Amino acid sequence: MTTPVPPIPRTPAARLRWALADGWTVTRRDLTHWRHRPGDVAVALLFPVLMVLMFGYLLGGGIAVPGGGDYREFLMPGMFAMTMLFGIETTFAAVATDAARGVTDRFRSLPMAPSAVVTGRATADMTHSTLGLAVMIGCGLAVGWRSHGDAGDTLLAIALLLLLRLAFLWIGIYLGLLARGPESLAAVQILVWPVGFLSNAFVPTATMPAWLGTLAEWNPLSSTVTAVRALFGNPGTGDSWIAQHALPMAVAWPALLIAIFFPLSVRCYRRLDR
Amino acid sequence: MTFAVVAEELRKRYGDTEALAGFDLTVPEGTVHGLLGPNGAGKSTAVRILTTLLRADSGRAEVAGLDVATRGPEVRHRIGLVGQNAALDEILNGRQNLEMFGRLHHLGARQARARAADLLEQFALTDAENKPVGQYSGGMRRRLDLAAGMILMPAVLFLDEPTTGLDPRARAEVWESVRALVTTGTTVLLTTQYLEEADQLAGRVSVIDSGRTIANGTPDELKGMIGGDRIDLTLRDPRDMPAAAAALARVSTAEPHLDPDTRRISAPVRQRITALTEVVRALNEAAVTAEDIAVRRPTLDEVFLHLTGTAGTPQNPPRPDHHSHNGTEEAA
Ligand SMILES: Nc1ncnc2c1ncn2[C@@H]1O[C@H](COP(=O)(O)OP(=O)(O)OP(=O)(O)O)[C@@H](O)[C@H]1O
Ligand SMILES: [Mg+2]
Repeated sequence: MTTPVPPIPRTPAARLRWALADGWTVTRRDLTHWRHRPGDVAVALLFPVLMVLMFGYLLGGGIAVPGGGDYREFLMPGMFAMTMLFGIETTFAAVATDAARGVTDRFRSLPMAPSAVVTGRATADMTHSTLGLAVMIGCGLAVGWRSHGDAGDTLLAIALLLLLRLAFLWIGIYLGLLARGPESLAAVQILVWPVGFLSNAFVPTATMPAWLGTLAEWNPLSSTVTAVRALFGNPGTGDSWIAQHALPMAVAWPALLIAIFFPLSVRCYRRLDR
Repeated sequence: MTFAVVAEELRKRYGDTEALAGFDLTVPEGTVHGLLGPNGAGKSTAVRILTTLLRADSGRAEVAGLDVATRGPEVRHRIGLVGQNAALDEILNGRQNLEMFGRLHHLGARQARARAADLLEQFALTDAENKPVGQYSGGMRRRLDLAAGMILMPAVLFLDEPTTGLDPRARAEVWESVRALVTTGTTVLLTTQYLEEADQLAGRVSVIDSGRTIANGTPDELKGMIGGDRIDLTLRDPRDMPAAAAALARVSTAEPHLDPDTRRISAPVRQRITALTEVVRALNEAAVTAEDIAVRRPTLDEVFLHLTGTAGTPQNPPRPDHHSHNGTEEAA
């Protein structure tokens, strides 16, 4: 039996090819996970659907949409954004498990492109969330939600949601690297809820005490929700300053989060001093 | 002589803990070097610095002639690492794990598959190749982990406590794989808490304690420092102690140690088999009945006790029967 010895990439083009190939290998690993654990994927995809049913039919009756309008039309953009928020848990669990098991360290000791661990993770998670969003759109259509915007607005809304997911991806990676193990997933799961409820995803901020309402409006999640409501032509967009500038804010917030958490994650990944 | 690994004055501090306090090491190319030390001695820290996972606070280290601090990517092309804990994907099966690591070593798809199959066979995992690693036993995981560290023939292979937690058979298999790899020219640096493992595999051993190298030498030299192998003798009748001690004294290199409570006598000897035969004959002549008689290698605790005058760390206390083996008594 001979043990192979591979070449070392010397040109930038060869290095790029390696980086892409390595990223794909890491992505494929996650896709294989789905095949091995279809139940986990199904639960992750269907949990937001359950929430739509719960809020749309059980709790939603008591919630009045400002300016009138159907509560489920109001709810769906919020639920789309919540689906993106839940993505933090997926990313966190995967990153924290790898870090705790030493898989991250093994990757770091391999001659692979260092970027691949992250690009691979990003591709897999974004695929997962895109799928989750598709399921939710199907669910929305089934409960009577519609996009009243034209095709361009509709696509822009979807793009804004995925941009938010990209920002959450970096938060998930950073928290996952920071945590000493996947046990802290429960903490992240719990933290996701106040972020979700302290926003305009489920209820109009006008119904909250004034200071809480302001806080909720400045929640990055709310800007995306408002922008998406406007683009889809759904009710309840509000008329405060930040609500009127929801579209630029729905770009600015994720950009700010990425600007903070991307470098933090990279530094934490290199982790040269611990 | 060229060195595969050189470390000079490495220091690494975690808060108040000084994990490495001026650690030195040289490993000639093509040899197996053992890094022996108790819990918390700094073995893993040294390995993590040498494999570019961690940066030292100060000092210098070279692997395969390359500075680990400045030429990390090139170093990573030349090393294999099997960390202290199995670093595997628990959801994937054994074959998928090896194929993934093969591809990350940039073997093509076909080559990665072939190499995975080879390694599964070499490590007797072919039967389990389709089981998720989450369902593997500790020994199987460890073997798969070692296989993943040997996908390519690395110039330098780092093994951090490769056989901790393995049963004797699995341990022997791991030793066999390491020996096979060395014949191909790979340099191996392995850390261990067992002198026996170093004895089996390593040409030379460095003893590390509190982040510092406190002794270097071949396993025989180290054992020689504390008087070689030991004979442990357990008697049926405590009244036979003096006679048995006299019999042991004839072959031992130091005063035998008597423990009346356990009716046990222990003494260091030079030639294990000759000494054992002698003792048995002497006991017969003196009509002393032994309940148990055994020759064994000195333990790391005993080497430690000798080298430092302390028992290493609290996590690694000497077993009760070693209590009184102090340095002076055992000096050869
Ligand atoms: N990430 C860390 N943060 C803080 N302290 C650490 C860290 N890693 C190691 N240490 C400390 O540094 C010292 C050396 O640890 P190291 O893991 O190198 O020991 P070791 O010889 O490998 O021990 P063992 O046999 O238990 O694996 C220990 O006191 C340990 O507590
Ligand atoms: Mg260790």
